[in-house]
Amino acid sequence: MAATVLAIILQRNLYSVVVLAGVYSFLMATVLVALDAVDVAMTEASVGAGISTVLLLGALHLCGGEEAKPIHRPWLPLAVSLAVVAALIYGTLGLPAFSDPQSAPHTHVVPRYLKQGPQETGVPNVVTAVLASYRGYDTLGETMVVFTAGIGVIALLRRVRRRKEPER
Amino acid sequence: MRREPVLRVVGKLLIPYTLLFALYVQFHGDFGPGGGFQAGVIAASAIIFYALIFGLPAARRLVPDAVVETMGALGALIYLGVGFAGLALGGNFLDYFVLDADPVAGQHRGIFWVEIGVLVTVAGVMLKIFYMFAGRGHGLDER
Repeated sequence: MAATVLAIILQRNLYSVVVLAGVYSFLMATVLVALDAVDVAMTEASVGAGISTVLLLGALHLCGGEEAKPIHRPWLPLAVSLAVVAALIYGTLGLPAFSDPQSAPHTHVVPRYLKQGPQETGVPNVVTAVLASYRGYDTLGETMVVFTAGIGVIALLRRVRRRKEPER
Repeated sequence: MRREPVLRVVGKLLIPYTLLFALYVQFHGDFGPGGGFQAGVIAASAIIFYALIFGLPAARRLVPDAVVETMGALGALIYLGVGFAGLALGGNFLDYFVLDADPVAGQHRGIFWVEIGVLVTVAGVMLKIFYMFAGRGHGLDER
């Protein structure tokens, strides 16, 4: 994955960057499978590697495939990104250790979902039960976000031809 | 790309199974990994595959813009409808226990319809975004 990211950074041809990003998504999906998050891995593979690659290729078709040479030195953006990375790493220090059974999320609602979810909902896949039932409001919000994104794209990209406008 | 025999044959072989796999992911989501979102994306990608091989106009004839836009809104309405059905039957918003005499069956029914809503919205919106991007520059989206 690190090699893919380096190649993405160093590559000037945007077509290769898009394809490498797809490769990165597939690698990420395998990592998620290794972490037992199969649902998320599926989403990553289909959205990250599939749909977004196609959409980015469509965008490249419109705007050309070579990255322009930057006009100024990238020191300020580099410093900003490094500062953000440092802040994020500092933030992870406050998280509980990986798979610590005593951490807050594992002692609060998760045991209840895991123990009573299958009986209460009759759905063996706890991820589905939590997504669609216990966290139904959140999923409703997600659906609305997707819907709003669609409306936004339509509003931005649709070109309505006015009747009096001459043919182009 | 329309003249490529290999792509056409492989596409014709794969697209039905991709759609079938989307349905499997949708309705098997209760038991295995998957659910509405993933199934919607897979179904949309099958149509996008079709558009890449056979051209955008062919895909637009197969799944017209009006259908795609309606799907985007319809899925959200199905989801909201499940919520209001819970209200109408005397429960809270998005309360699935009241959807059936048996609470567990009610949960099942609620989850089923909610996932259908997610599937329809996601598939519609993904396809619409693809149509908008791919059709731009060809003068096809002037409607």
